Amino acid sequence: MAKSVVQEFTKGLWAEIPPFRLVLGLCPILAVTKSVENGFGMGMATTFVLVCSNVLISLLRNVIPKKVRIACFIVVIATFVTVVELLMQAFLYPLFLKLGIFIPLIVVNCIVLGRAEAFAAKNGTVASLADGLGMGIGYTLALSLLAAFREILGSGTFTLPLVSTVIPVFPSSYQPFTFMIEAPGAFVGLGLMLCMMNMLGKK
Amino acid sequence: MGDYIILAISCIFVNNILLMQYLGNCPFLGVSKKMDTALGMGMAVIFVLVMAGAFTWITDNYLLKPFGFEYLRTLAFILVIASLVQFVEMFLRKSIPGLYAGLGIFLPLITTNCAVMGVCLINIKEEYSFLDTLFASFSYAVGFAFALILFAGIRERILLARVPKPLQDTSIGLITAGILSLAFFAFKGMV
Repeated sequence: MAKSVVQEFTKGLWAEIPPFRLVLGLCPILAVTKSVENGFGMGMATTFVLVCSNVLISLLRNVIPKKVRIACFIVVIATFVTVVELLMQAFLYPLFLKLGIFIPLIVVNCIVLGRAEAFAAKNGTVASLADGLGMGIGYTLALSLLAAFREILGSGTFTLPLVSTVIPVFPSSYQPFTFMIEAPGAFVGLGLMLCMMNMLGKK
Repeated sequence: MGDYIILAISCIFVNNILLMQYLGNCPFLGVSKKMDTALGMGMAVIFVLVMAGAFTWITDNYLLKPFGFEYLRTLAFILVIASLVQFVEMFLRKSIPGLYAGLGIFLPLITTNCAVMGVCLINIKEEYSFLDTLFASFSYAVGFAFALILFAGIRERILLARVPKPLQDTSIGLITAGILSLAFFAFKGMV
């Protein structure tokens, strides 16, 4: 049992890391990765929702009728998203303003609903907790990585998450490659990262 | 009237929901492999988005705001959208089977399409009036369908090309989307 829980946790970090292996949840990953701070914050918010909804849904999995399960999952997820929204407004207001409508949009993030449907509805609470945590951390890692890639090239800086310290990576003579922090750079950057993941290892 | 033209251009081209606001990218990559599915999805989104825009506006202005329940917006909107999609599906199956055959399989997917929820939230954030909301939702949806169909056309061509192995499928799709988005960049500054 103990081993399988560890496995459920670690598969989210490499073997099934979203969004590279499971191509889900693309909208936030493209939109909020302009700076590392935003990417990391979004990842943490999604992790929180993912863990809480996975645990609650696995607890309720025998109570929820099969036919209306999707609607029930969405209500559970929306509740936790509201919790995150209110918490961020109270404690992380600047980050809340930067992420804007992408916080309420965690509701329709396919990863959260996907894990609820594919995993939490069929497995026990402990395994679901491990799965949610692993997937969430994997997602945060992916978001931070893409954000670092875009921010370093696009504005030549690296913002430390949570403390908002901006560290210049290149000397001031560096001409920022603005393409990377605009919309097209998001698509191309993610495309190249997917390509690298495909080269590094197979499913 | 002039205002509406500007609103339409800004929603379809300048702030294109897919390529500029990054909303609705999962179906964008998922259903864009074939022209037929792209067309069906585009039409379904136009249909649902206008209705969702109207209903969420009514919910927000007559239900949430008068009672000070704005913090429940996320929950209320997703419920409105989910039940609306379900209702539209049942209604179409019963009354307009022809349309249902075309759009049916795309309807359940739309509930989790962040473009729908995103546009509803943008409408509220911009404090549009009811008419503006209808018009903006329609324009955003047209922009979505337009980008989706363009992209599907390009993707059908890519199928014939020899793409290096690691770049295949989603990866090359994203890079193509990036180039397409670069083209839409030219519209910036038009409005």
